[in-house]
Amino acid sequence: MKIVVCIKQVPDTKGGVKFNPDGTLDRAAMLAIMNPDDKAGLEAALRIKDEMGAEVTVLTMGLPKADDVLREAMAMGADKAILVTDRVLGGADTWATSSTIAGALRNIDYDLVITGRQAIDGDTAQVGPQIAEHLNLPVISYAEELKIDGDSVIVKRQYEDRYHELKVKMPCLVTALSELNVPRYMTPGGIFDAYDEKEVTVWGRNDLKDLDDANIGLNGSPTKIAKASDKVRKGAGEKVTLDATESVAYIMGKLKEKHVI
Amino acid sequence: MGLEEYKGVYIYAQQVDNELSSIAFELIGKAKDLAKDLNTDVTAVLLGSNVKGLADQLAEYGADKVIVVDDPALEVYKTEPYAHALSSVINEYKPDIMLVGATAIGRDLGPTVSARVATGLTADCTQLEIGDFPLKAVEGKEQKHNQLLMTRPAFGGNTIATIACPDNRPQMATVRPGVMQKIEPIAGAKAEIIEYNPGFEVNHKYVEILNVIKQAKSAENIMDAKILVSGGRGVGSSENFKILQDLADVLGGMVSCSRAVVENGWKPVDCQVGQTGKTVRPNLYFAIGISGAIQHVAGMEEADIIIAINKDEDAPIFDVADYGIVGDLNKIVPALTAALKEELGK
Repeated sequence: MKIVVCIKQVPDTKGGVKFNPDGTLDRAAMLAIMNPDDKAGLEAALRIKDEMGAEVTVLTMGLPKADDVLREAMAMGADKAILVTDRVLGGADTWATSSTIAGALRNIDYDLVITGRQAIDGDTAQVGPQIAEHLNLPVISYAEELKIDGDSVIVKRQYEDRYHELKVKMPCLVTALSELNVPRYMTPGGIFDAYDEKEVTVWGRNDLKDLDDANIGLNGSPTKIAKASDKVRKGAGEKVTLDATESVAYIMGKLKEKHVI
Repeated sequence: MGLEEYKGVYIYAQQVDNELSSIAFELIGKAKDLAKDLNTDVTAVLLGSNVKGLADQLAEYGADKVIVVDDPALEVYKTEPYAHALSSVINEYKPDIMLVGATAIGRDLGPTVSARVATGLTADCTQLEIGDFPLKAVEGKEQKHNQLLMTRPAFGGNTIATIACPDNRPQMATVRPGVMQKIEPIAGAKAEIIEYNPGFEVNHKYVEILNVIKQAKSAENIMDAKILVSGGRGVGSSENFKILQDLADVLGGMVSCSRAVVENGWKPVDCQVGQTGKTVRPNLYFAIGISGAIQHVAGMEEADIIIAINKDEDAPIFDVADYGIVGDLNKIVPALTAALKEELGK
């Protein structure tokens, strides 16, 4: 069985956020980690590999430095890694990103594609279902549990107040929640192999299949950024240090002033 | 595509178990503002099985038209028949704007449909308005008017971006629940009902539902509360939430909490406010023993009045609070409840 896990190198949001002049993210200027939902998706694939045997390929689209997350994935146990990188792919929105990744997946044999539900930089949750749509695959989003049952997958799909247990035949695409599992650590041997033994395959724009130029990069993105900025928050109001009795009088005064009581 | 063919503001009227979700009414409320600016009307798209009866409710909340796709295939939400239904409606009726709730359903349906009808989709919007793109005229570049400008937070609320979809239609957005205001329903209001069925044929994309497991959910929703008394780690224990409940009771409000409280098992997740919980905008929000991590603030900063009580004078919650009290919640909260009881004659 063949599994492809789509992963994304994301800026660690603790490290501050920087923009290019065109309003897109300046990813090169930020610290980078493997997106948490994607890592859970990778762990799910590796558990299937441990239990029943599978070939796990990790795929990412990004800057050349995204090689780091692919090596990390191989050090965790992924067998193969593909980096899709090309200047013309930059500035892509979710439509252009999913079109591009679909173009890469058309070159690969797979039974199951796993993506994270969403990435911590964009928080859109759109790329997974959009890849499925471009490839005409069934999609199950928000997977809390995932298991293989013959030629099908069985997924516990999370909703706000319930979950559905769903079954669908492979090939299909599943988007993983961080709740799915706790990802394993890299092993020392795995790290050695990932950097010294295993190769990352690099694909440029021309290696992608059935992909129109109109659907890639900044120009192929239907959504355009009009403005991006650090969030302007409401300023701090009053702050007082009072004992309990005075505090109560203070709050009562404000509630009356604002006609709450 | 001829963009001018696309007209009207459409919303996806989400229902679950044949009960309309609050987000449906919130979207109509916002759609009415947008439709007014565009001099057009609001159409709700209602998908389900035996759901026609819900159309009047959508009318009462402001929908001018309701397109109903009523088919047994749509009894329970599944990506494929729903995506087929909504994209067929879009292809048939050609909306200028299509809004979907950023719920666990909408965040699956929205991207699938946007890819199928080949348009852009902006996720989790918190603000929508009609304006020009680019915002300011740039020489040598066409400035388009009457565009949907979609504003959304990213990076865990650290930044906000305003996004347009100038060359594709419909302009699609998912909208965060609890952010847009619904109107006061107008009893007896009627909408034009349009029945439509694109036909459903089972294919390889239809998943099989083996089980539906409903989880316990408190009957009331913190997103509907006008007053929230919210507690954080500083409350100290599950038992001590009693003093917050007493305050909420005297004010006719509800108790909510921060993520730390859920992680400690003191309160269920449906009480959680913040990035990974719910976005609330009550008239009054008490932040009690809540430090005010950015993920929490993202979910409550739109409240009209924020009162924070915390013993740590450097707690970031004071940066967003209208009124901050540095003090001991264990003394202040019960005393406040007592004073309110007396004031309100309870």
